[in-house]
Amino acid sequence: MEFEKIYHKYDVIIVGSGLAGERAALAAASSNLKTAVITKVYPTRSHSGGAQGGISAAIGNVDAEDNLETHMWDTVKGSDFLGDQDAIELFVEESIKTIYEYEHMGVPFSRLPNGKIAQRAFGGHTYRRACYSADKTGHVLLHTLYEQCVKHQVSFYNEFLVLSLMITDGQASGVVAWDLRNGGFHIFRTKAVLFATGGYGRAYKVTSNALSNTGDGLATVLEAGLPVEDLEFVQFHPTGYYRQGILVTEGARGEGGHLLNGEGERFMKKYAPEKMELGPRDLVARSIWTEILEGRGINGKDYVHIDLTHLGAEKIMERLPQIRDLAISFVGVDPIKAPIPIQPTAHYSMGGIPTNKRGEVVIDAQNSVMPGFYAAGEAACVSIHGANRLGTNSLQEASTFGRIAGNNMTEFARKTDFLPVDEEAVKRAEEKVKRLFENDGKTHHYHYKKELQETMYNKVWIFRNDKDLKEALSTVSSLEEDFLKNVRIDDKGLLFNLDMQEALEVHNLLTFSKIIIAGALNRKESRGAHFRTDFPKRDDKNWTKHTLAWRTPDGKTKFDYKPVVITKYQPTERKY
Amino acid sequence: MKKRFEIFRYNPETDKKPYFKSYEVEVYEGMTLLDALNYIRWEIDGTLTYRRSCRSAICGSCAMKINGRTYLACKTQVIKDIKSDHIKVEPLPGYEIIKDLVVDMDNFFDKLKRTKPYHITHKAPPEKERLQSPEDFKFINEAADCILCGACVSACPSSWAGKDYLGPAALLKAYKFCADTRDEGADERLAIVNDKNGVWRCHYTANCMDACPKDIKITDYIARLRNMLVQNKL
Ligand SMILES: Cc1cc2nc3c(=O)[nH]c(=O)nc-3n(C[C@H](O)[C@H](O)[C@H](O)COP(=O)(O)OP(=O)(O)OC[C@H]3O[C@@H](n4cnc5c(N)ncnc54)[C@H](O)[C@@H]3O)c2cc1C
Ligand code: FES
Repeated sequence: MEFEKIYHKYDVIIVGSGLAGERAALAAASSNLKTAVITKVYPTRSHSGGAQGGISAAIGNVDAEDNLETHMWDTVKGSDFLGDQDAIELFVEESIKTIYEYEHMGVPFSRLPNGKIAQRAFGGHTYRRACYSADKTGHVLLHTLYEQCVKHQVSFYNEFLVLSLMITDGQASGVVAWDLRNGGFHIFRTKAVLFATGGYGRAYKVTSNALSNTGDGLATVLEAGLPVEDLEFVQFHPTGYYRQGILVTEGARGEGGHLLNGEGERFMKKYAPEKMELGPRDLVARSIWTEILEGRGINGKDYVHIDLTHLGAEKIMERLPQIRDLAISFVGVDPIKAPIPIQPTAHYSMGGIPTNKRGEVVIDAQNSVMPGFYAAGEAACVSIHGANRLGTNSLQEASTFGRIAGNNMTEFARKTDFLPVDEEAVKRAEEKVKRLFENDGKTHHYHYKKELQETMYNKVWIFRNDKDLKEALSTVSSLEEDFLKNVRIDDKGLLFNLDMQEALEVHNLLTFSKIIIAGALNRKESRGAHFRTDFPKRDDKNWTKHTLAWRTPDGKTKFDYKPVVITKYQPTERKY
Repeated sequence: MKKRFEIFRYNPETDKKPYFKSYEVEVYEGMTLLDALNYIRWEIDGTLTYRRSCRSAICGSCAMKINGRTYLACKTQVIKDIKSDHIKVEPLPGYEIIKDLVVDMDNFFDKLKRTKPYHITHKAPPEKERLQSPEDFKFINEAADCILCGACVSACPSSWAGKDYLGPAALLKAYKFCADTRDEGADERLAIVNDKNGVWRCHYTANCMDACPKDIKITDYIARLRNMLVQNKL
């Protein structure tokens, strides 16, 4: 089977139209570079729009004592000392500029009576520093950035699926994409390319993530022979709607919501007596799961309650209208009248494509840069979140490092030239698609996804151990092998082939999930979101280091480790 | 409990004309229409095609016609919201069909672009944020809820009649900027919407408000845009 191939040339190419991608695109386009964004959904449909709670910055509008130092310390501590402190320092400084810049772009922020941007409390932050817009913060940021991209004439390739990364003579030279709407390959040559492809929560059955968060960027990078970093760190958000996993924002706890077990007890007093419900996410999620495992879920089942009723109708309607709307639509509960059933849900991907604090992708333990290749946002691992992200730091990360990477790639693109097409990368993309069209397989791709997601949920979840992880690794390895031989798609047409798109996404999930598991198996300690029941303590001596993992040409995993950048704060015990 | 889903199917590559295909699905309390469509595609018929992403009513991908009414598939419960045992699912009316439930939204987005849908200021910004009172924020807060799902345009008789009509979503966007105390581009934008294909084409049928999954009072905002025009002239 032969497919059409269409060629393009842009000064810079950005893959992904969430906050990170759009912010980078804006940096390039406002410097008059010919800029294209390639995205598998319409830009305003990106996952960033789902973020509700807020975006952090120590601007001190509510708590005047707030300062950069404390924001940095909170983030380092939250990361369980796995965050790189040079990157965190830059992050907290630049985040203030990011907020004012957003305001100047016209973002509708909620306001204080004095007219300044309102800020609220969020878990793990010492001061109230989450700037917000009711409970649709990500939505208004995403729409505002899109509006700015329209203004600056960014070219959008909507509903295009990027399949491979081109590297020519050791330098990133473009991407190969599939046009979902019409079918056919598009080969984009460029001087600098940025991946802002979002997180990998869809490896799990219960997740708050959009259906499109399939970690495509990670798989693409691995297939190009480059490493990924710290994938074993997956954040489990304490409060997802029971069964669905759709998020109840932490804002619900920030506004004063209580967590109650089957006995009606505010159980957080046992686990975080001071911070209570506003303890860090990993701790709250583990506390809930412990209550459930010990039989104190509601009616002994695998969920607990978040109770907002005492906040009163007015506060709920004003501050948390979307939550109320969703609770009514998704679980049939009106939080003004009754508590909401919740369970922990896979939420945020701390790991990703390794970058330095300039947003340049690095490819080994010595932090050597791959010229022309950038990454930002949830797809990247810079790493400011280390082993555990604090709420509201990720919209900020996507925005701030989107800008930083965008500026640096603009500078790079100005002084470099187009490179020849990487034919290997074109071949890789073609093979993936042809396999699906030509395979006479018997097993629909959904079967593989379901098996994978169940395995990850049952064995690579909040509490991990050696036996489960080994079993999971073997299951997922055989799934991957079988997929290549036996996968089937039902739709073999060119037009908007969602069946094929999902099969390609499942392939991606299989490619990187093995690395989550193997990384978790190697890491014989508990840190942040990664908890090993057989190694329940943090081991600073052996494990204050980042995991780097490669996929070898025969499909095996190779590991290396690099030190954490520690500048100001030596690891200490993390207590809340 | 089982329900029967009659789903609009059309693949221009292979089908001479559209048809309805029927699927029987075991439904459960809490199941959304999007869950049902996913179930059909994953377990019964992989060729069924539609758009979806967030599944939490915020990305605007999944608007469609459900038993005659336009709504979001991910926000519609198949038991609680739909009493009938037969559920008819069709693409958003008024758009060109690409395949099955997927429609062409390019025109919708192009119309948005015609209203200068971005913040316009002439003054250099201060070092920090500009101030805005909570009351002034309220003027734009609800309009900013729009998820660009296209349901309003689909339900709007004026949009059916005039394909050049800017339509409710674009006008709502224009309102959002014009009503923002920080914005200085109202005159430029009002000049654009002051047109027979702009605010004057809205006949206040308010179908758009019924269709809006975010319950935005779109018609009211179009009326406010008209008011701004009238006041500007005085
Ligand atoms: C429900 C929810 C609530 C949240 N709330 C908050 C909050 O209150 N505060 C906070 O700070 N963080 C929050 N987060 C996290 C935050 O939203 C994300 O980390 C952040 O938005 C990620 O932005 P991004 O730009 O990196 O990626 P995304 O917004 O996920 O964008 C990824 C983009 O990549 C594109 N893409 C992916 N693969 C391909 C491919 N193969 N080809 C082409 N395009 C591709 C997609 O189309 C999309 O445009 C929340 C997350 C969830 C799930
Ligand atoms: S899937 Fe996003 S609005 Fe329905």
